Amino acid sequence: MSKYYLNYIDELESEAIYILREVYAQFQNPVLLFSGGKDSIVMTHLAKKAFYPCKIPFPLLHIDTGHNFPETIKFRDELVHKLDVNLIVGSVQESIEKGEVTEEKGKNATRNALQTTTLLNTIETNKIDCAIGGGRRDEEKSRAKERFFSHRDDFGQWDPKNQRPELWSLFNGKYFEGEHFRVFPISNWTEMDIWNYIKREKIDIPSLYFSHDRQVLWRNNSWIPYSEYLILENHEEILTKKVRFRTLGDITITGGIESHADTIEKIILEISKMRQTERGNRSDDKRSETAMEDRKKQGYF
Amino acid sequence: MLNNNQLLRFTTAGSVDDGKSTLIGRLLYDSKSIFQDQLEEIKKTSSRKGIQEVDLAMFTDGLRDEREQGITIDVAYRYFTTPKRKFIIADTPGHIQYTRNMVTGASTANVALILIDARRGVVEQTKRHAFIASLLQIPHILVCINKMDLVNYEEKFFNKIIEEFEEFSSKLLVKDIRFIPISALLGDNVVKRSINMNWYQGSPLLHMLETLHISSDINKVDARFPVQTALRPQNEKYRYYRGYAGKISSGVFRVNDEVKVLPSGLISKIKSIMLYDNQLVEAHAPMSVSIALEDDLDVSRGNMIVRLNNQPKIEKEIEVMLCWLNNENAKPKIKYSILHTTNIQKAIIKDVIYKIDINDLKRNYDDKVLKMNDICKVKIRTTQPLMIDTYRENRATGSIILIDDSTNETVAAGMIL
Repeated sequence: MSKYYLNYIDELESEAIYILREVYAQFQNPVLLFSGGKDSIVMTHLAKKAFYPCKIPFPLLHIDTGHNFPETIKFRDELVHKLDVNLIVGSVQESIEKGEVTEEKGKNATRNALQTTTLLNTIETNKIDCAIGGGRRDEEKSRAKERFFSHRDDFGQWDPKNQRPELWSLFNGKYFEGEHFRVFPISNWTEMDIWNYIKREKIDIPSLYFSHDRQVLWRNNSWIPYSEYLILENHEEILTKKVRFRTLGDITITGGIESHADTIEKIILEISKMRQTERGNRSDDKRSETAMEDRKKQGYF
Repeated sequence: MLNNNQLLRFTTAGSVDDGKSTLIGRLLYDSKSIFQDQLEEIKKTSSRKGIQEVDLAMFTDGLRDEREQGITIDVAYRYFTTPKRKFIIADTPGHIQYTRNMVTGASTANVALILIDARRGVVEQTKRHAFIASLLQIPHILVCINKMDLVNYEEKFFNKIIEEFEEFSSKLLVKDIRFIPISALLGDNVVKRSINMNWYQGSPLLHMLETLHISSDINKVDARFPVQTALRPQNEKYRYYRGYAGKISSGVFRVNDEVKVLPSGLISKIKSIMLYDNQLVEAHAPMSVSIALEDDLDVSRGNMIVRLNNQPKIEKEIEVMLCWLNNENAKPKIKYSILHTTNIQKAIIKDVIYKIDINDLKRNYDDKVLKMNDICKVKIRTTQPLMIDTYRENRATGSIILIDDSTNETVAAGMIL
């Protein structure tokens, strides 16, 4: 007789597939937020499994800051082609040109915060009623409070103190005109679960996650990749290091770590020994203790 | 990690200062699930507030208001892994006004951790937590008698609290209750066996969490498959494929099983069970799969596929133990949306039979107004029949929520009797 229980990875996968199917059934016009990072890549893989033998029945939405790793865009386009799905791009550059947002100034300027406006405008123009995200509760303390089905008011805002209770697997996706939902199918996964799943399912991920030689400079306690968008200070020196990235965001804010891990197995081993959270190298989260909560309330990912 | 490692979900409940957050902090810290940068940040906040030691409790408070006021407002989810299991903690606030959060956290839990301060013994809140754990049919309850260091690790305090607790819990329906004497602050019997309480023969908390038998927590007998959506690819390879996507709520389905589609009552056979491109011979709860039938039937979202010889009840009038979750009182004679599995219908609360005082479990047959945090037995009438089991037999097909169509909020959670 076979065993009638699931191991934890299968159970997490089943939960995520169930939620993706609920989104498809409950919403008119959902999209899958795609950043090019490992979590959103895992999301596309789960969506592929959830609807097989049908194609993924919703488009991907990429909020493009213009400050990308070139590898990310290449990877995105190849994946979109392979999955045969539509891609919607919301451009932060366009938002700047239209005067909807103002670019930050100075050496630590980033386009991170500007994404929120572009995201909300793209959601509004495309009449999107649900944006599926790869956010995980273990990533950050305010994310630990997220629902699977997270309601956003007609300004796109999150009210963490007044969330709908979520019981069993009964998800209430009802909304009024102009409101939308953010849905997080992999809420219960940890960074390690993601890597173990990538390994088990043999999922392709961008080369940036593996150890490689790169021109970097030391800033805000991590190795920031050198790019044309950076304004260098006099004492800052460009060096070539063997690095890899634990998370992928804008090229201007994503710090690399020195590493020789060039296979999934080595990455898993490396992470299991790490004493820093994966977002520890993201300067967007370090601006204040509640940086993520504040951005999330406004409508950030 | 081993391939057969299971996932265990547990919920914690306790009063503001009986050390719940410290216990979670301890489990996370000792299982190395707290990272250096998180620790640094908490050290900074602690010293800003003038606290000398690292306050492990701060690991569980995520929102700005929670940290500033030192209270927990909403359910927070935490994760840790040991070589034996992955754990999800639903950490719920202990205040009276937040019963709804406890119900939420309890709804998916295998285990409830109830904390009792060894100096104070069983208090009203302990009873409320135990009652909610039994109401939500959490299969296992672990009662942690905390702060044993403050009563000199003496067995008599432990025994006295067990006695107090059992006096109350004998009125509840709980399958498995265990008691552990601990000190969350000092780590006694949390991860490691305490050297201060040789009189205690049982396992430390973590070991218990790692070894509890949870495979039987899901109903493996009554096969139920609520349909989420139909999959019709119409591509080359799957031109004639019509699969039904869903998660098996309970039981086991096999290819060639004779099945019935409810509520239509049409009968067919299972042609295939697929998980992605894998053709399975059988599948069980809680797997998400696609099931195709031999016959071309009209099956859609909200329908339920069951085995011919084991069917749920089909009812338009149900008795439910309801927990009211909304600030606004229930409106009599108003239609709510009722969500049961993947089936959404309209419903009215026909009658409030009685309300339970959760402090002494007494029934009140006179008060008919449903207010926030009330727990009561009600009669609900739906416009279309629901395919139901009792909650006690089947959590997945015995649970409902009510949604207020004028606000779209989830206003109540119910367990079918």
